[in-house]
Amino acid sequence: MIEEQTIIAVMPETLAAETRKMKEQGYRLVQICVTRLGEELQLDYSFDLNRRFVNFRFRLPKTGARVPSVSGIYWCAFTYENEISDLFGVQVDGNVLDFKGTFYKTAMKHPFIQDAAPAPVPAPAKPGDQ
Amino acid sequence: MGNRTIIPFGPQHPVLPEPIHIDLIVEDEKVVEAVPSIGFIHRGLEKLVEKKDFIEYVYVAERICGICSFIHGQTYCQGIEEIMKIEVPVRAKYLRTIWGELSRIHSHLLWAGLMADGFGFESLFMHSWRVREHVLDIIEATTGGRVIFGSCKVGGARRDIPPEQMRWLLSELEVIEKEMRLIADIFLNDNSVKHRLCGVGVISKEDAIVLGAVGPTLRGSGVADDMRLLKYAAFGDLDFQPISRPEGDSYSRCAVRCAELFQSVDLIRQAAAKIPEGDIAVKVTGNPDGEFFSRVEQPRGEVVYYIKGNGTKNLTRFRARTPTFANVPPLVKMLAGCELADVPVLVLTIDPCISCTER
Amino acid sequence: MAFFQMKKMILAWTFRTPVTTKYPFEPRKICPGSRGRLDIKISDCIFCSLCAKRCPTQALDVDKVNKKWHIDRLRCISCGYCVEVCPKKCLHLTGDHGIPTVTKDMETF
Ligand code: SF4
Ligand code: SF4
Repeated sequence: MIEEQTIIAVMPETLAAETRKMKEQGYRLVQICVTRLGEELQLDYSFDLNRRFVNFRFRLPKTGARVPSVSGIYWCAFTYENEISDLFGVQVDGNVLDFKGTFYKTAMKHPFIQDAAPAPVPAPAKPGDQ
Repeated sequence: MGNRTIIPFGPQHPVLPEPIHIDLIVEDEKVVEAVPSIGFIHRGLEKLVEKKDFIEYVYVAERICGICSFIHGQTYCQGIEEIMKIEVPVRAKYLRTIWGELSRIHSHLLWAGLMADGFGFESLFMHSWRVREHVLDIIEATTGGRVIFGSCKVGGARRDIPPEQMRWLLSELEVIEKEMRLIADIFLNDNSVKHRLCGVGVISKEDAIVLGAVGPTLRGSGVADDMRLLKYAAFGDLDFQPISRPEGDSYSRCAVRCAELFQSVDLIRQAAAKIPEGDIAVKVTGNPDGEFFSRVEQPRGEVVYYIKGNGTKNLTRFRARTPTFANVPPLVKMLAGCELADVPVLVLTIDPCISCTER
Repeated sequence: MAFFQMKKMILAWTFRTPVTTKYPFEPRKICPGSRGRLDIKISDCIFCSLCAKRCPTQALDVDKVNKKWHIDRLRCISCGYCVEVCPKKCLHLTGDHGIPTVTKDMETF
């Protein structure tokens, strides 16, 4: 075991209040991460204080997911929030520096919630064909 | 009050080896605001876990970054091993520590060269990279690759360092250390270098924490936080104290990196003295089922991997938060209020690795 | 505060020969143990195609019927995974890196 990791379930409504509490205790925002679990998205907000790792977690439906922004509390959250809105289509309300979907220049909209395309890996070229 | 002008910085710029774009809003010669924009080379490697099995993915993880490649592989392997409850042989842990520190030395020397180039000190740039070449030679001889080590696998290491090679490594390290002393001396004491770095881009301790800075950027602001204190790999057995400086300016970030060069040399020596005999890998059976946030200290700071397996050979989710991604907000804060001519230096003090950022 | 700390290094290097090699005229020294071009001892190969199955970049193609082994050199990343899984140990990585090429050919053994 490398380290203990505390995972706390929160609600999207209480997220801002809980995050503010973390900031008051001196925690650092480590990351915001979204995981697609079938038709749901799992959101993780990770914090760290002197290598004590705390993680807030809640779930949202895949389509029409909305979360309040925490960038008013931790300003640095704007990068993560733009990332989740560009790659996962999560609507973030009140982001202080909203790139409106241009933070990542991807060929496809919200690529990380799309189903895997069928076998894009090309088969090895057969000898002789160019 | 002068006129406001927007000056685009990047994505192609002489100090940037990789594309990041910053819109600098300037008033006369002062930058008042900076708006970053990344995403020019987003590769979607996180999505690739759905196609590659978890053993093969080590090779992809290593290729997230060309500089901290080994530590990326190590972070990934540690995460998987944690989920699958694999006990890695102690010798493999020591080998990982040695390679990790070698890659830190080579990364910091690379940064030193780029930094010297950034403030126009070409000869120092050449000499930093000349020394780095020695380190790369050691890496090639011990792992088989110069940049992509490819020596870490789930369950241990893929190669051993035999005792005579270890002795050779240590003797080479002695030469490198002497050379590095000369280079560090220029960075830390030369008048013209100090003139460019001292008092530029100050980030206070409180700001550094709130802005989520990691690595030398955080330690340069007086927070002695280093993921190596988590005692992963062999760090539990080694004598290790993080290096930090209180000033928070560009000079202190530079000084932290210079001190870490010698700290890494010392850690390699300690590890080489303590490394036990034994196996270097265990057999891996089954598939990962579970989740873990794997955190390791890279040359640029803390990297966080979120790995979630579902009991099949493909992972559900692999997420990498690389150190540069976390250091972009502090950079933006640093840039606001600086002189236009200091922008390249400030961008380089966070040691940006954009390809890392755009997994 | 010191001025021109570089002088020591500059003086020392005025009298030394360059550390660089004149590459195309002088070959690069091959480091033992370096992972370079993949080589096969075809007489030992049993065409089990394990290497092709495990290769992370699909660089290999094994034709069991005609007893042929193909490699796409431009795809191979010299990771050495195939070398580890080969039951006959007939694959190995040489220290050199092969010659440059302009076409994407499969090499056949
Ligand atoms: S794994 Fe070895 S024996 Fe089997 S096909 Fe490949 S090269 Fe031949
Ligand atoms: S060395 Fe790696 S990439 Fe090259 S053929 Fe073997 S398994 Fe494939």
